[in-house]
Amino acid sequence: MNNKVKRREPLTDTQLLMTIAICIFVVMYIAAMLGFRGGFLHVQQIFDMLNDNAPLIIVACGLTIVMIGGGIDISVGAVTSLVAMSCSLYLNKGGNMAVSVLIALGIGLAFGLLQGYLISYLEIQPFIITLAGMFLARGLTTILSVNPQKVEHADFKALMNANQNTIKIPWLGYISPKNGNLIPATLELGVVIALACVIIIFLLLRFHKLGRGFYAIGGNQTSALMLGINVKFTRFMSYVICGVLSGIAGYVLLMHSGAGNATNAAGMEMNAIAAAIIGGTLLSGGVGNVIGTFFGTMILTTINKIVVASPLNAPWWQKITTGGMLCIFIILQSVVLSVRSKGRKK
Amino acid sequence: MKNKSNNIFKNGLGQLTIPLVAICILVVFNLIRDPSFFSIETVFNSDGNIVLSGNLISIINAASELAVLAMGMTLVTAACGGQDISVGAAAAIAGSAFVKVLKSGPSITAFSVVIAFLVACVVAMLFGAFNGTLVSVFKIQPMIATLILFTCGRSIAYWINGGASVPVDSPIIKAIGGFIPGIPVPTPVLIVILVAIIFKLVFHFTSLELFTQSVGINGSAARLNGINSTFIKLLSFIILGVCVAVAGIIGVSRLGLINHETLLIDVEMDAILAVAIGGNNLGGGKFKLLGSIIGAYVIHMLTVTLYAMKVPSTDVKAYKAIVIIILVVIGSPVIKAKITKLMTRIKNRKQISMKGAQ
Repeated sequence: MNNKVKRREPLTDTQLLMTIAICIFVVMYIAAMLGFRGGFLHVQQIFDMLNDNAPLIIVACGLTIVMIGGGIDISVGAVTSLVAMSCSLYLNKGGNMAVSVLIALGIGLAFGLLQGYLISYLEIQPFIITLAGMFLARGLTTILSVNPQKVEHADFKALMNANQNTIKIPWLGYISPKNGNLIPATLELGVVIALACVIIIFLLLRFHKLGRGFYAIGGNQTSALMLGINVKFTRFMSYVICGVLSGIAGYVLLMHSGAGNATNAAGMEMNAIAAAIIGGTLLSGGVGNVIGTFFGTMILTTINKIVVASPLNAPWWQKITTGGMLCIFIILQSVVLSVRSKGRKK
Repeated sequence: MKNKSNNIFKNGLGQLTIPLVAICILVVFNLIRDPSFFSIETVFNSDGNIVLSGNLISIINAASELAVLAMGMTLVTAACGGQDISVGAAAAIAGSAFVKVLKSGPSITAFSVVIAFLVACVVAMLFGAFNGTLVSVFKIQPMIATLILFTCGRSIAYWINGGASVPVDSPIIKAIGGFIPGIPVPTPVLIVILVAIIFKLVFHFTSLELFTQSVGINGSAARLNGINSTFIKLLSFIILGVCVAVAGIIGVSRLGLINHETLLIDVEMDAILAVAIGGNNLGGGKFKLLGSIIGAYVIHMLTVTLYAMKVPSTDVKAYKAIVIIILVVIGSPVIKAKITKLMTRIKNRKQISMKGAQ
């Protein structure tokens, strides 16, 4: 009886790929703990990975939505950089904190609206439009300022301080080997924002009508249309949400680094795409999950940390190892999916 | 009769509308802005040769690498319905291999250049085959499969030459990257023409074009018709590998050194853009090489125009983006349909009014 019920609801592709990602992360981290010890044994290591990558997690979540809907957005990193730059310039001119947040959200929203409209209503290929969006955002960033802008605003400095010092968990900390003091584990507020984004988007994708619509249009556009889903509007919304998330990521990045810089978030779009893919999102659409994306980001970061800890710590080895690992994951996913689809046909 | 000729006009030009319109707009804009933009002069270069010089020549010259890459990229796009984002990194690898072989010999002769070129080709083809295997055998989307090489390619290039930016100084390399003595046209332009002719000949004497299109339009249907679609996809990546090697070598020869970080940087995005401006469907299927080549020149013409207008090089991207958006909006299917509708309505109204007059 129990067996029968199980058969009726096998794991979907989304769940399967997500499970693979989580398993790989756990196995890899345990291997790192056993192999390299040192930093990997402290909770702070995981917290550091989160602290450094909060913007990437937020951006990758937005990208996951777009990719589930069958599109692609490569402007995210550039928009993040533009937001950080314009907010820091505004704050340095003595602006208001609330308005700076609004500017961040507004820039993200504007890019989302423009790209979403052009892609869904004018039916232009998403790659081209978001490529143009990327050029536009990067160009605007350098037009604003070529030099790095450190924020000197008093309120913002207080916020940065709060960002770094609010969440301290003493019992997860470790005793410093140098002077024997207890160093509490520190988590930044940006990570809380990132995790909140992950959970909200997870709920949206799982239970909300719009979220289910993303899967429908990504899986099969024609069937989605037949089911009465407003395909154009749903696609439009996926880009708008992605744009707003890039705006949030930009502000979180500014909170973390405290300066706007033209080279901020360089290559972030490719990292975010890689994270989403490793987490089990298919570029063809219809399959994916933000929880998987979150673990995809963590896998990428863990790879980097392992390479740094290992004897291969040369600048070129880091990227070559990342590429090799990426290769293994991608082939693994493809093999698993093809074995499954063969099994189904039988 | 008139209708028929209209159809031919539409079918023949349809795909090339966007790139040709773009070129026309740029030319007219430049003519109005500054007619001397197009002036071409003959000057003596530092080696004492008579060479052509002027904005137009520098546009055509600078777009050479991009044009070669765009041709290969068009094939991959048509066959696989996706793009290779690793071309810049692969070109850096090919360029490094080229320099490595040149440096391993005692002196640089014509023979060693040919050997180095062949080695670079083989290396680039191997990396192309790696990408192609992932795409065709493992059925991974091209952008993801090539993301691997995009991530680690430049690091591999760094590793080949031991990390320094190695200069190569030789009259032969100068001739490849600049001018052959006695010929006033830059050599890269001649290489582009040569590559285009080779493509044309291959398409003429083999069924590659037809097979690629049918695989791109419907892979399983092509397979049922006896076309080995796996092989065609793999082949398209290997051909792109050759194009990558050629582009990498032009890039190295132009500068006279290999810099693994900056050689053909960001060229992958431009190459994809050239394919798209050329009116090719990025989802695969029918393609026109000519469109992509014109697309490459459009991109460089735009860049040079912006430079001529004294736009700082860091800001060029923003203006480029605006022009791209305008171009694709004009070329978008929805806008096209609306214009067609409007035209027929005007035609109908004219006919009605003419009938009324009669």
